[in-house]
This record gives sequence, structure tokens and C-alpha cells, in this order.
Amino acid sequence: MAEPLLSTDRLIKRFGGLVATDSVSIDVKAGEIHALIGPNGAGKTTLLSQLTGNLRPDAGTIRFAGREVTHVPMHARARLGLARSFQITSVLREFTALDNVALAVQAHSGHSFRFLSDARREPGLREPARRLLAEVGLEGRADTLASALSHGEQRQLELAMALAGDPKLLLLDEPMAGMGPEESHRMVGVLQGFKARRAMLLIEHDMDAVFQLADRITVLVYGRAIASGAPADIRANPDVRQAYLGDEAA
Amino acid sequence: MDYLLLQLLNGVQLGLLMFLLAAGLTLTFGIMDLVNLAHGSLYMMGAYFAWTLIGWTDSFVAGAVLALPATFLLGLVVEALVMRRLYARDHLDQVLATFGLILFFNELVRALWGPAGKSIAVPAFLTHTVEILPGVPYPAYRFAIIVVGALVAVLLAWLVARTRLGMLIRAGASNRRMIGALGVDIELLFTLVFGLGAAFAGLAGLMAAPLSSVKIGMGDDILIVAFVIIVIGGIGSIKGAFVAAMVVGQIDIVGRAFLPDVLKAFLSASAASAAAPAISQVLVYLVMAGVLVWRPTGLFGQRT
Amino acid sequence: MTKALRTPRGLITAILLLLLAVLPLLTQALDQRYLLSIGTRIVIWSIAAISLNMILGYGGLVSFGHAAFFGTGGYAVGILAANGITSGWIQWPVAILAGALWATVIGALSLRTRGLYFIMITLAFAQLVYYVGAGLEAYGGDDGLNITRSRFGGMIDLRDKAAFYWLCFILLCATLWFCGRMANSRFGLVLRGAKANDLRMTALGFPVFRYRLAAFVIAGAFGSLSGILLANEGAYISPAMMSWVKSGDLIVIVVLGGMGTLFGPIYGTIAFFVLEETLKPLLDLGHRGWGEYWQIVFGPMLVLIALYARGGLDSLLGRRHG
Repeated sequence: MAEPLLSTDRLIKRFGGLVATDSVSIDVKAGEIHALIGPNGAGKTTLLSQLTGNLRPDAGTIRFAGREVTHVPMHARARLGLARSFQITSVLREFTALDNVALAVQAHSGHSFRFLSDARREPGLREPARRLLAEVGLEGRADTLASALSHGEQRQLELAMALAGDPKLLLLDEPMAGMGPEESHRMVGVLQGFKARRAMLLIEHDMDAVFQLADRITVLVYGRAIASGAPADIRANPDVRQAYLGDEAA
Repeated sequence: MDYLLLQLLNGVQLGLLMFLLAAGLTLTFGIMDLVNLAHGSLYMMGAYFAWTLIGWTDSFVAGAVLALPATFLLGLVVEALVMRRLYARDHLDQVLATFGLILFFNELVRALWGPAGKSIAVPAFLTHTVEILPGVPYPAYRFAIIVVGALVAVLLAWLVARTRLGMLIRAGASNRRMIGALGVDIELLFTLVFGLGAAFAGLAGLMAAPLSSVKIGMGDDILIVAFVIIVIGGIGSIKGAFVAAMVVGQIDIVGRAFLPDVLKAFLSASAASAAAPAISQVLVYLVMAGVLVWRPTGLFGQRT
Repeated sequence: MTKALRTPRGLITAILLLLLAVLPLLTQALDQRYLLSIGTRIVIWSIAAISLNMILGYGGLVSFGHAAFFGTGGYAVGILAANGITSGWIQWPVAILAGALWATVIGALSLRTRGLYFIMITLAFAQLVYYVGAGLEAYGGDDGLNITRSRFGGMIDLRDKAAFYWLCFILLCATLWFCGRMANSRFGLVLRGAKANDLRMTALGFPVFRYRLAAFVIAGAFGSLSGILLANEGAYISPAMMSWVKSGDLIVIVVLGGMGTLFGPIYGTIAFFVLEETLKPLLDLGHRGWGEYWQIVFGPMLVLIALYARGGLDSLLGRRHG
């Protein structure tokens, strides 16, 4: 059996006396959608931050695409094909949607030590950017300032930026946060469309979306992965029901 | 040997003065996240207030003691009028505004007290020497600075470690948003901290005055050394400010004292004495650079 | 370009540049030699302000040590001149290189820090340069040093005030051109993106530190250029040109003119110079002798600007699109 695309081995992260990540071993296989769920404060975003390189784990290792990346800096991991979207929308507000995505494309298209030619006219950057905007359904808003987009549109823009550079793995932190039912439905469709080409590790609270999308679910409580497996098994798992799902999954 | 001891003591004295200046600054930076370039102006105002009050009361002690609440009050006024509106702003706004304050205070002093420097004489009861070791006399005034400085350091340490205010200060320095959630009157806390810092700066200014002079802009150059101290010690850390101030004080004094002789081996006498202060400053900055390479947030600062 | 001229901002800028271009002719016609001297300094300071704008306005890096580059440029030229090397062909590249080198050193150390630390450190390093300059007894120490102007072997005589002015003006145009191209280049977009959200940019795959360092070095090189010109303008170098007050003045200028805009630094420089020349007589009108204390008004003005008018002059001239 091939090595999973992403795997962690007993990852530990402490903040003073608090153990935010408690010996977590998790993996994501190529082509799968793996959802990470758990109550607030369970350490999901902390775990994600260690996977992207924003935080350094205190112990344990992370492997991605066949190599160890525990100490590889964030920008280098992005270049290896590990992309992230943020829980709190982090688009560049003073730039247009197209500019945002074009910058994301630029990050993967050679170096940027070019001082004299106008990057806004580079077809090699603008065209792929337009295609990505279309993929997430934002092609009509290409020339709108990011700050003028609705919240849902900004989440879509986040996704488009994460897709630039054709990542192997998408780490999505609550992509549907703050979205209404219709927008969420649209986003689920978009994400399902990616499945074949890209693996995803997805933090979400929207249980409907999670059960629609996920091939596997891992449940994180107080920094520990208490259960991991197929959605049906997770739904039936008594520990999970007690700790998190409560009556919802009934 | 005695000469070395004297210089070491001078280093301690300078270090304590710098600690007084740096303590208020590190608290302001750490708790309020406020760049206050005008802290040196408070140092200067402390000295000018003291000069005027000593003139009125004809007594060094009375003048000095009265100058403290005067500077404290000035700090409160500045906080209420300007600083309060800057807490929520980004650092550039703070730099701009406090830079404007420096220009204002320098010019105000020039208008009210005139462009010429003033002097404050060492008080008569401190003009003698103290035998700190048998056969080793040390100027009483400088010794008094050491005593006062050490007392304030101890007081501050007690305040921070054992009082409610101190707890709030420590909490605020490590997590600003948290103290709001604790139901504390943030505005009052900030105002008090700022005022306290102003009083310490004023104390440093008036104590330093008899050793040099009272002049326009006297706080501005020394402020930058205070910044270096805070960077070395770690923003928000009183302990860090103390350690760093003592280190910097030693480097500065011992450097100035012994470097000219070392340099005279290569340079002319006048070049050596011109270069020595520059080199001891360079040494201080090298220490800062070294600390930063090792710990970008200072010796005792918050690790991000 | 003609489209730009139709907006009020475009028109004002064009007129301004035109006036600057013909200034020597104007001052000669009006017989106001003094104005040419001020004009030259405005042009030189504009170059410095544009260089600071690269890292402060576009990059969001609050560097409080930019006046150090007046020093690297000026002192490189001055020290070489004092040692018999008066050829500008040698001096100027050396001076620019000196600025770039110094920028590399400070940048490498300070860019590892953020926020308050960054501001304090850049200030401290600039003070370092100041103290070194003041400690160089052989080159005037605290008092400074008169130097001979750079020689260009018959091509241009820098003692000719009009010729020198036009040289400065051409260099200003070159700086503007470069900055304008850089702002929308790949490099410039990375820098501006990092100003907006550097975590995001890193997550996208940009090693932000490297780009910021490069920007620092470029800004240092152009800053040094302005130092070279300043030294030649007065035929004089002194540590005062590197004082932290000058660094503060540069920041005021960049903010006043409008951060992250192309012509903002020029507006800011002009406003800054003009402000002093107008506040003084204005105060004297109120009461004779008050003009001397113009900074009592200027200081609080800065406070008010910081609190309420951060868009600067550029925003007063009309909104622009992205």
C-alpha cells in the first residue's frame, strides 16, 4: 500500500501548561477528503497550523509527498504542493479578486525578482487566475475589490487562491464558515468537483456538509484524536456521540 | 584597581538611571503596545520642573520631591489628550504623533525656559565623598543615585510581584486582550501605568541633571539607548529592562574609561578620545544585534 | 498617459513637474537665487522620500533609520574626496554600494523582527551610524567637514548651480520611473501583498523575508544617492545629516504626501519645506518673534495628522482606483 500523501506521527504541541496537540497521528490519502471535526478549542486549527508550518510542533514528525517536512518553512511547503485556506478570511483586501488569485499563481511561476515589467499585464498570470476564479464560481467578480466582496464570495476567493499552483493537498479551515445554506450547498459542489485531482483535509462544523463530503472523519477532542474512520462508523461511535455529536447525528 | 572599581560603580549608577527611564517605556510598549517617542521629553520635563522648583523652594530635596508629582501629572495630561487616542492605532500613527510631541516639547521648553542650558548644582549635603571601601572614596551624589535607583527597582519588583496592580501589569504584558476580559478598568490601568512611567522618567531626568546639565532635547538621545535596552531585555519585561540596563551601563562607562588608552596605541590622543564614545556605543549596538540573532524578542520578551 | 492628465491629480502633478523642470530658468528670471537652492534641496529630499516610500509606503515597513543613508552616501563621497579621490565616476558608485551594503546588514538583522522591535532597531542602527560619523575626528567629527564637490572631468561642473539642479532633477525623474515600474512589477506586487497580509503571502509560497530585504537594499541604494547629492549641494558633510530627527522628518514627509503613491513623496517634500516657510511668518503676524517657535504649532499639527488625516495630501487630491 502506497505511503499516504500526508501523515503525522505522534505530533505534540504545548502552550505553557496546555497540551493543544496530544500525540496526534493522522493521515490523508491521495484523492480522499478527510474531515477533521471536534468541539471548539479541540485544537483543530493548531493542528492545521503545524501541518502548514505556521507553528513548530514540540515533538513528532510530519511527512508530505514522501518527504519529512517537520522543519520545512511555510513558504517552502506551499511550493511543494501543500495549500491552505484560512478560517478568518485572509484575502488581500486592497487588491481585486483577480489580483489576489494572480498573486497566488505568481507564487508558483518562477521567482518574483522582476522589477520593471508590469505583472498586471502578464497573460501567464492573468489567464490561469481567471480560470481559477471560474472554477470556484467567481468569474463575474474578477475586477471587484476583495473588500467589496460578500463574505461568502471572500471564502470562495480564499479557495481560488489556495488552488493556484495546483496543490496536491488542500488544508481547508472552515471553508463554509459564515455561509448560508445556499452558498454552502454551492461550496460542497465545488469541493466535490476537486476530489479526483486533489486530496483535502477539511475542518468544518457544518455536519451536513461533512457527512456529504468526507471519505474519512477524524474526531479531535482536547487535542487528542479519539476516533477515526468512515462517516457511518463515526456516526455510530459512542465516544464520539458523547463528546461531540450529541443528538445531531440521530 | 581603585579606578576600575570607581568605573564599575559609575556603570551601576548609569545602569540604574537607564533602568528608571526604560522601565516606564517597556511597560508602555508591552502593555499598551504603544511606541512612545516622547518618553525622552518627560525625562527632560522632570529636569526642567526640578530646576524651577528648586529655584522657588531654594532646596534640592524639596524641588526634586515636588518635581515628581508634577511630571506624573504631566504624564496623565499627555495620556488623556494624546496617548489614549493612539492605543488602537497602528505603530506608524504612534510614531508620527509622538514625534510631533517631541518637537512640541522641545520648542515649548525653548520658549518658556530659553535656549541656553540650565544647571542644577549637586546639593550641598551630597558634595562630599563616601568611603565605600576603606581608602576608596566615591562621590556621595552618585552614591545617592545608586541608592535611590536601587530602592525604586526593589519597589517596582515588589509592586509587580506582590500587588494587584502588578498582577494586572504582568497579565497585560503577556496578554493584552485578556485583562479586558477580566473586568478590569483598562483605561484607568493604562493611565496609571503611563503616569508611573512618566514619573520614573522625570526622576531619572532630575537625578541626571546635576551630573551633566538641563538642556533642550536632553532626553532624545538617551531615549534611544533606552530603546536598545528594551529590545535587549525584551519588551514588557521589567526584569529584562533591569538586566539590560545594567549591562549597557557597564559597557558604556567602562568603554569610555578604558578604550581611549587602548586606542592610543593606534591613534593620536585626540582621535582616540573622539572615537572612544563612538566605539562604546557601537559595542552596545553589537550586543543588541547579538541578542537579536539569538532571541528576536529579547532576553526575557514574549516568544511569539 | 493623456488619460491621466485629464484628472485633477494628473494635471496638478504635470504642472508641478513642469515647474520643477524649468526652475533654474524661473529663479533666474525672478532673480531669486535663494529659491534655486531650496528647489535643489526639495528635489534631493524627494529622492530620499521616494526611496523611503518604497519600503514604508509600499512595503509597510516602518523604518526609523532612513537618514542613515544620507550619511552613507554623503560620507562615502566626503571621505573619498578628503583622501584625494574626487572623481565622481569612482565616488558615486562606491557611495551607492556603501548604502546598499549597509542596508543589507541592517535589513538582515531587523527584518527578523516585527512591530515595535523593528522600529526600535532601525532607529538604533541609524544612531550607530550617527555616532560613528561623529566619532570620526579625521573627517570633522561633530562639526562636520567641508569637501570639494565631485568632479566629472569636464562633462559637468557641479559648482554650476543650475547644472547641478538639472542633474538632480534628472536623477529624480529616473528614480520616479524606477519606482513606478517597480510598484506594479512582480516584485512590487509581492511587497504590497506582504504589507497587506504577510502571513497570507507566506502561505501562498513567497519567502517574504527575501523580498523585503531586497526592497531594503534598493531603498538604501537610492537613499545613498540622495546623500551623495546632499553632500555635493552644500559641499559639506556632517553627522547632523544623519540625525534621527531627519529620519523622523522623512517619515512625516512620506505620510504627509500619501503613502504608497508614486508622487506622494514629492508632494510631501514640498509641503514640508513650504510649511516651515509659511508657519514662521504666520506666527510672526500674531506676535513678533513667535515665528521662531513654529514647531510649537508644527508638533501638534503632526499629532492631528496622525490621528485624523492619514491619507495625506494625495488623498486630498482625489480618490483613485486600486
